[in-house]
Amino acid sequence: MSSWSVTNLWLIPAVPLVASFFILILANSRRRTAAALAILGQIAALALSITAFLPTLAAPGFRSVHNFTWFTFGDQALRLGWVLDPLAAAMMIMITLVGLCIFVFSVGYMAGDKNLTRFFAYLSFFSGAMLGVVIANSLLLLFFSWELVGLASYLLIGFWIDRPSAAAAAKKAFITTRIGDLGFFLGMLWLYHSSGTLLFYDQGRGCLENAGLLAIGASATFIALLIFCGAIGKSGQFPLHVWLPDAMEGPTPVSALIHAATMVAAGVFLVARVYPLFSLGAVNGVTPSLTVVVWVGVVTALMASLIALAQVDIKRILAYSTVSQLGLMMVSLGVGGVAAGIMHLIAHGFFKALLFLGAGSVIHGLHHEQDIRKMGGLRWTMPVTFLTYAIGMMNLSGVPFFFSGGWTKEEVLHATAHWPVSALPHYLMLAGVILTALYMTRQIIYVFFGSARSTDFESVRPREFHSGEAATTTENISVGRTGQRPVFRAHESPRVMTMPLVILALCSILFALVLTPAWPWLRAYLNGESTHVVFGSLIQPVILLSFVLVAAGIGFGWLTYRNAGETDPLARTQPGLFRFLENKMWFDEIYERTIIAFSRILSRLTDWLDRYFWDGLVRLFAGLGQAFGVLSKGFDDHGINAGVDETTSGTRGFGRLISAAHSGQIQTYLGAIAIGMLLLLVLYAWLG
Amino acid sequence: MAWLITTLIVVPILGALLASATRNYARGVALASNIITAIGAFLLWQSFDSTLPGLQLVERHGWIPAIGAEYLVGIDGLSLLLVILTSLVFPFALLAQSRPAGDRGFCALMLIMQAALYGTFTAQNFILWFLFYEMSLIPAFLLIKIWGGEKRDRAATKFFLYTFLGSVAMLLSFLGIYFAKGTFDFAGLANLAKNGDLLTGNVKWFAFAGIFLGLAVKVPLFPFHTWLPDAYETAPTGVSMVLTGTLSKMGVYGFVRLLLPLFPNEITTMAPWLLTLAVCSIVIAPLAAWAQSDLKRMVAYLSINHLGYCMLGLFAVTATAARPLVEMQAALSGVFMQIFNHGITAAALFYFVGLLEQRRGLRGIGDFGGLMQRTPLLCGWMSVAMFSSLGLPGLNGFVGEFLIFKGSFAMTASFTAAAVLGLLFTAVVFMRAMQSLFSGPLVETSIAFPDLRSNEKWVVIPVTLLMFAIGIVPQFLLNIFNSTVVQMTRLFA
Repeated sequence: MSSWSVTNLWLIPAVPLVASFFILILANSRRRTAAALAILGQIAALALSITAFLPTLAAPGFRSVHNFTWFTFGDQALRLGWVLDPLAAAMMIMITLVGLCIFVFSVGYMAGDKNLTRFFAYLSFFSGAMLGVVIANSLLLLFFSWELVGLASYLLIGFWIDRPSAAAAAKKAFITTRIGDLGFFLGMLWLYHSSGTLLFYDQGRGCLENAGLLAIGASATFIALLIFCGAIGKSGQFPLHVWLPDAMEGPTPVSALIHAATMVAAGVFLVARVYPLFSLGAVNGVTPSLTVVVWVGVVTALMASLIALAQVDIKRILAYSTVSQLGLMMVSLGVGGVAAGIMHLIAHGFFKALLFLGAGSVIHGLHHEQDIRKMGGLRWTMPVTFLTYAIGMMNLSGVPFFFSGGWTKEEVLHATAHWPVSALPHYLMLAGVILTALYMTRQIIYVFFGSARSTDFESVRPREFHSGEAATTTENISVGRTGQRPVFRAHESPRVMTMPLVILALCSILFALVLTPAWPWLRAYLNGESTHVVFGSLIQPVILLSFVLVAAGIGFGWLTYRNAGETDPLARTQPGLFRFLENKMWFDEIYERTIIAFSRILSRLTDWLDRYFWDGLVRLFAGLGQAFGVLSKGFDDHGINAGVDETTSGTRGFGRLISAAHSGQIQTYLGAIAIGMLLLLVLYAWLG
Repeated sequence: MAWLITTLIVVPILGALLASATRNYARGVALASNIITAIGAFLLWQSFDSTLPGLQLVERHGWIPAIGAEYLVGIDGLSLLLVILTSLVFPFALLAQSRPAGDRGFCALMLIMQAALYGTFTAQNFILWFLFYEMSLIPAFLLIKIWGGEKRDRAATKFFLYTFLGSVAMLLSFLGIYFAKGTFDFAGLANLAKNGDLLTGNVKWFAFAGIFLGLAVKVPLFPFHTWLPDAYETAPTGVSMVLTGTLSKMGVYGFVRLLLPLFPNEITTMAPWLLTLAVCSIVIAPLAAWAQSDLKRMVAYLSINHLGYCMLGLFAVTATAARPLVEMQAALSGVFMQIFNHGITAAALFYFVGLLEQRRGLRGIGDFGGLMQRTPLLCGWMSVAMFSSLGLPGLNGFVGEFLIFKGSFAMTASFTAAAVLGLLFTAVVFMRAMQSLFSGPLVETSIAFPDLRSNEKWVVIPVTLLMFAIGIVPQFLLNIFNSTVVQMTRLFA
């Protein structure tokens, strides 16, 4: 059983990829077939993931690999492979499960889109590529899939291709992540060079196993940091986080996929996968590369949660919350809590998909309004969305006991508490907990509480469900009470959209069962340890602390934003700070004016140099050649040619002379021959 | 089957004669000739034993013994690879080129160029090689000059004089070598070089410089590249495809066949400079491409960048005195793959630009917009070629570039690290192009665009499938030249 699962592990990414291919060649009108194929592909991948997951339960620390030769060059083989271990298995299940919910949700959300088939093709491709990242047992195969993930995100962010902003965001995502990928690529080359293999596990000879690590030695720090560049790009860490909020230009299910199951998870996963490179030569669990990881994570987490406080777009707030949570995961990995980081990644996958899909439901219900200041009172009109969203919010804020997000955040905080280098990350992350609770409370109050703030919406109970691209259908628009402006009627989303919300909400709660200190099954599973139930350890002082912090955040948020109008309370009290945060700390503007402007100037300069300097040199040589030609011509005309003219007339004269010599008299000829012979003899005697 | 190579050279020449003799069937004759040469190339591949190193299917005749000239043709893996590439690119180019006025002449010149290329890639004696090498130049010049676009006279003259100057320098070098050693035979010269008694003192450096200049212009290597954007921009689509797909490979081929075996230690001495030039090609060319508004000129600059990767790999092979076999094999395999991949991909890119130009009459990057809404198939397939060119895994470009970088990183890490920037800038260039061509609202001038026609699909689909095949299962391509790589690297170790 286990061997079958391992040798055929490739099927898991292959099934969605194949589905994607078939959807792509479908006619644009076969919408139902496309959706069915994509969902079936995802279900198959989920089923396969579960069959692969079961054998990993057999013994703690299960690991099985299957390696094969991709191609041979020269005298050597380039080998790839896949690996089945707890890390891969847990990720696979999360990706396929969350992915499935998102796929189903998309059926409702994208129902009105005319390019639905293309959308599902890209979604399947995205999921397949991400699964490829997870099962790779070779850094090259991981990079291969990693780049395909990048391509998929490019295609999906720019899915509404007629919108210039979407195209710009897609381009930005691709290029920004590729900057990080350059580092990743170099790190991979270096690793290949120093260890002689890119396989992670290969019967003791892999680059993450003892022999390989021994060969790498001191360069491990540089290799790890270069590889981390790739993770910085993909996981939206400072300073390459700028693409992630812009990626909101894609349809909301895409945002959910990017922020929960795929793409950004890849960076965190990468660090976890090649963790032995980071921790090589660790003293007390600290290495230079891990320290960098911690501080990058700390900066990212705090920066993003501050920016989230001042955003007004419902999706952008969530985007920044993702950035900050990813920072938290990086901190966790950096301080040595690998299992904690991955647990948080998986829990985050569930609740962030839930939040994004919830936001999608809100946006759908409000006919593509995304500004939270214009929302309000939706708890009555969209009850299912509200309840599930609230569960997601509790998870994200880290409310203890009932929510998986609370437990995993607990694990992370626990890990940071014992970092020998500095206590600062721990306290900063505790501050991050308050901030997270605060901005989520702000968001949920704006969206669901109070009454409708904008007269564009009427918060009434829906009489009917509408499906389709609501903004384009006129039946949803009724003339409002003012009689002047059309008023949209907010409505709950159809069941195909609310069901995934409910499932994800349940997942995010039930998942907590395997996370508690009483039965820390997942941590033990990831760490390859055995576990047993201890109810006594359920209550710990740290939990009380975080309970207080979360309560403080939510309470403070409630007091601040309860009666907030269209102007933000923060904007009223601290206008300068608010502007700073609202403009995302001006990262985009700074990059635009420095790096991008510099590259543009460089590009124009090279073009100019090419046209005028290098080509100028060529033209100079050509000119010199021409000048020489003109000179030669002059010399020809006046020197040689004149001489030739002289010569010709001379020749004619000579000819006349010669013809006179051709007298026809034999004795003259004989005399001439004799003289000639004599001359030749003299010449011969002289030279010879 | 030794006559097979000669057949490949002769058939296009006969085709050219026939094409210029007919009034209306020139295109048909050209395609028929290409079918025959394609079959010939296929047979050549079949009769080539890829497990053996060294020359195969050698055909040798005395010619002008007084100057050491022989008719000596034969193939090793590299030659075979280039013969196959030529046999693929030419029919592709002929199908891509809409019939110009005076099609007879056009087809005849294309066929002559093809014959010259076959000759160049199979000749194993310098005189013969040089003859073919120059023979390709004249049709290229005429094709640009007669059928080119704007500023064709200038571009054609520049192209001709520039390359010709390089050829003269190379010829002088070889005459010097001949007078010293009395042979023009590639294998013989390589053996002399291996034993260290090819040339000595300053003469050696003059010879090196002459050959280097000739080949650097042909590739082209920065800063000898300024003829290329002008020539590629103005040449008609089919000719641009052939120029970038096959003609530029003559330069790279020359580097592998002549400079590397004859002057390995000179390259080691000059390595920092040569690598700098290669890195400049890689980094500066895409930066310049970014600044272009003409799509064809943009693709032309990216061609310089891609050949720069080849140069990086080649110079890295003998860049240091320590030459680990593993890394040399990686670099050289990568270079050979890149030669083939670039030939396919760059030709495809020119083809797509040609399709856009056909539809719009212009080819400025700002002349289009929102094409995805109108011509999704054209955009989709064109994107595949673009992603292949920017080195996306799963497509052909990645494998070659990865191997080149793997090999050269081990031998010259700092230059390789700088060269990686080229990967970023290439992506920037293509992202910008895709954004302004495919996305945004559909511009008015593009509303009546037809999507890919069925005849166009028949050109696009096989080429794209080839890109995927090489990207996913590259072994079949590597098999062609693997023994040659092993043999060459042993020579340098």
